[in-house]
Amino acid sequence: MDWAQVWEIVSLPDNIPIVAIAVLVPFYTWYAARQARATDRLIAQLEADPQMAKTHHRKIHPFRPGWARELPVWPYLLRIEFLAALVVTLILMVWSITLNAPLEEPANPNHTMNPSKAPWYFVGLQEMLVYFDPWFAGVVLPTLIIVGLMVFPYVDTNPLGTGYYTIRQRRVALAGFGIGFFIWLALVFIGTFVRGPGWMWFWPGQTWDHTRVVYEVNRNLPDLFGITNAWLQAILGIIAIAVFYAGSAWGIHKLVTRSELDRKIYERTSLTQYVVFQFFAITILVGLPAKMLLRLLFRIKYVLVTPWLNV
Amino acid sequence: MPEPQEAKSSALLDKAREEIRDLVQDLKKPQETQLWKSIFRVKHDRTEPRTRALGVLANVFLHLHPARINRDAVRYSYTWGMGGISFYLFLVLTFTGVLLMFYYHPTKVQAFRDILYLEHDVPFGKLLRNMHRWAAHLMVIGVWLHMFRVVLTGSYKKPREFNWCVGVILLVLTLLLSFTGYLLPDDQLGFWAVTVGTNMARATPLLGHEGPLGPELGMTPFNDVRFALLGGSIVDANALLRAYIWHCIAIPLIAATFMGVHFWRVRKDGGISGPSPVMLESEMKPVRKLR
Repeated sequence: MDWAQVWEIVSLPDNIPIVAIAVLVPFYTWYAARQARATDRLIAQLEADPQMAKTHHRKIHPFRPGWARELPVWPYLLRIEFLAALVVTLILMVWSITLNAPLEEPANPNHTMNPSKAPWYFVGLQEMLVYFDPWFAGVVLPTLIIVGLMVFPYVDTNPLGTGYYTIRQRRVALAGFGIGFFIWLALVFIGTFVRGPGWMWFWPGQTWDHTRVVYEVNRNLPDLFGITNAWLQAILGIIAIAVFYAGSAWGIHKLVTRSELDRKIYERTSLTQYVVFQFFAITILVGLPAKMLLRLLFRIKYVLVTPWLNV
Repeated sequence: MPEPQEAKSSALLDKAREEIRDLVQDLKKPQETQLWKSIFRVKHDRTEPRTRALGVLANVFLHLHPARINRDAVRYSYTWGMGGISFYLFLVLTFTGVLLMFYYHPTKVQAFRDILYLEHDVPFGKLLRNMHRWAAHLMVIGVWLHMFRVVLTGSYKKPREFNWCVGVILLVLTLLLSFTGYLLPDDQLGFWAVTVGTNMARATPLLGHEGPLGPELGMTPFNDVRFALLGGSIVDANALLRAYIWHCIAIPLIAATFMGVHFWRVRKDGGISGPSPVMLESEMKPVRKLR
């Protein structure tokens, strides 16, 4: 275990935000889950007792009949905003005094950095380059992610769960977004903490060896079957992808129609909404990790091989 | 005839005394003065709910706020304050960014030296640059956590779908702001990060010279989308200038416009989404077709 190497990566000034994320995201996930559990207990109580549902104020926060339902924004909200600004300024000041922004040698096109990494929030995209060709990892997939985020509210037809933390009423939506967020963070963490010189895989604690050579040879899916004819290769790739989409669609369909509530929500979903949902769920939430595993575990580079583009 | 002269001067003295008394009175109660009333327009009476509300509504900086909100909506546990913090960081970045612009020339000869100058000679220059850098990172984290909260509370749902889309655009603009700023110090870190980043643009389908069907459409390194981004076929002087203009002028203006829409829509879509009373599964209504 090379702790000096670990420290060198973790203490890099531009990597501090990732260390912060490693703390902040679990904290806020716990913070939300705690409120979601409280809300879910309340929902269970109200579902079981219709009389209570008629009279209860239906929030996990306390409320008594004599209390005002509304507060003036000044001072009750503005003082919180002011305090938040103050705290953020303080954190920023301390951070800026104790840690210097990185500055390396002047730009030199003749001296390539190894590894040369994108800024941390784009390291996920750079890591995707391992699994897909640049046109897909760098252009098509980011576009699909952005469009996928935008269509999210238009395909989520669940009328429940607006304006409060809950798990039991929104299992599918939360799982979908959660998996996506997790994949994105995992890519950023792999790109930052695992990838070393030559973008090779170095486990955290393993010394970065600039002279390391990897003897593994990548294969394409058709090679496994000994197919060399270009037409047959393309046909095999298309069949493989079609089978993958069909299988994933079937699996996702089983998952999103498991409970009675999920089936009710499914009935409210139009065919267009459902197809769009399936497309993005399969491509981003299943396809991306599937290709990562194929590459990392089975050394498979391309599934679909054609003279023009490879996936 | 000395008498009238004396009377005149004592009258003047009396007037001056009286005005000084008035001034002292005004200083004790500045809210009563013409100057104060001209600035703040409405009376600020802490005990009266109506003027308290007017204090928010009649203020240009606060008018995006409603006068009154649900008692639970001020809870930090619900909102995490991340949207507001992201906006505050945008303001901090604008302020520190403008100060940095006073010391920075976007040219290959001077850019790197300007950073050295900032770090070693400009009073508080190092603090200024550090604050700009770390506030940018914090803003990316803030925007992510804001988005996370909006998902977890289902706040993107009807009628807020469009505002969610505006938010996604703002996320992309935040990342682009950060990315364009990365090149500006003109050091190895920024140069290679931007080289790696923009090299992906080579592979844009149809529009990049290495992308699928790009060469077939006549794309070369000298006319494709990467050339448009960099103002050349490599990251050089033109790329620095383009990054500078995108970073300091174009994207901030676009982002500010989208922020205006985003905040306005928060109000128009019914204010903050919760904490709202829970809805039960047994209360789901049958689907109504929206036309």
